[in-house]
Amino acid sequence: MDLKIVNYGAGNIKSIQFAFQRLGYNAVLTNDPNALIKADKVIFPGVGEASSAMAKLRESGLDTIIPELKQPVLGICLGMQLMCKHTEEGDTKGLGIFDADVKRFSNQVKVPQMGWNIVRNLKSDLFKGINEGDYMYLVHSYYAETCEEAIATTDYEIEYASALENDNFFGVQFHPEKSSKVGERLLQNFLEL
Amino acid sequence: MLTKRIVPCLDIKDGRTVKGVNFVDLRDAGDPVALGRQYAEMGADELVFLDISATQEKRRTMHDMVLKVAEQVNIPFTVGGGISTVEDVDDLLHCGADKVSINSSAVKRPELINELSEKFGSQCVVVAIDAKEINGEWFVHLAGGTIPTEIKLFEWAKEVEERGAGEILFTSMNHDGTKSGFANEALARLSELVNIPIIASGGAGTVQHFVDTFKDGKADAALAASVFHFGEIPILDLKKELKQQGIPVRL
Repeated sequence: MDLKIVNYGAGNIKSIQFAFQRLGYNAVLTNDPNALIKADKVIFPGVGEASSAMAKLRESGLDTIIPELKQPVLGICLGMQLMCKHTEEGDTKGLGIFDADVKRFSNQVKVPQMGWNIVRNLKSDLFKGINEGDYMYLVHSYYAETCEEAIATTDYEIEYASALENDNFFGVQFHPEKSSKVGERLLQNFLEL
Repeated sequence: MLTKRIVPCLDIKDGRTVKGVNFVDLRDAGDPVALGRQYAEMGADELVFLDISATQEKRRTMHDMVLKVAEQVNIPFTVGGGISTVEDVDDLLHCGADKVSINSSAVKRPELINELSEKFGSQCVVVAIDAKEINGEWFVHLAGGTIPTEIKLFEWAKEVEERGAGEILFTSMNHDGTKSGFANEALARLSELVNIPIIASGGAGTVQHFVDTFKDGKADAALAASVFHFGEIPILDLKKELKQQGIPVRL
């Protein structure tokens, strides 16, 4: 399988590569548009700050390439948030793939949310074999509002979308690569889509 | 609901675990990678690897270890010990560490916290604070708690939050190694003072100590070493008991 990770200088990519390696797949980093277009599956990672991450995407022209991709694409953490319409972080316009806005948790709760939380209202083949109430590992200060495209929700202060799906695009707020066996199952599911 | 985290801590020297470990049949109990995997399978929520190697040269060994842990362990892990520059952190994150923990270097040059959180994001910056209660006041200590400072714990905690720390790992020197429970009063005060997660450390001896630090100490996570390494408290049993007592945990 031709599995590519979008390389735009964002975040802990090693962990994602290693997670696929544990599943027996080689995920290759690239910022070459043609390589991304030709890939069977694309991972869009992201850790860090939204506006500078978007700026990096624009610099390399990836902001126009990613929304045009036809194969299954999985955004992880900030990757998922950047696939939304807009994020409050740095008042940043996103790629607009998901019809959701990204907001900051209030200071009624500790920010960032850091740790293991439940996913529920699971709706997609991405969650095949994963149960309502299973745990995923999350680290984030901003969240996507629940919307029609939500395929999982999580509760922290409010109920928010912890996974989104629109056509061939998928996004997860949690880190499947760090979420033990449940996360590995999700990555496996993605590869089998 | 966000669950409370149980975090085993492994001391590493020259790429090997230092304190004895004796909780399972491991052929090589000194291998941090095998141990990390074992803990992940037993239900640990996160791991901390603390490098106590003395020299820079030996730290390279740490990079190899971090790479291997990232390759084989499917839960998050933090690396701490001797980290003092942005480059140190860059190297460790590139090797696959999820978070880094800084301690003395942050006290000596607090701007380091800002630099790290701006470059890598708050989520990977853990500020470890060792403190000791002296005549009713908590003072920050350096170098594994051996060097006292004039810095007051609560002021320092507020400052590290403002500078961009994503989490505080608080170790009470009064409790560390005593197995008499965590410093819950100070922990609760910290938890109310700052709005970032607090990891309780120092004093774990019984299951009830963990219950207390989550209930009374309002901790978000609890770290321990020997009670886990010597099998005194199996992680799964601990988490079952915590759940029994109404504390949300991942089981």
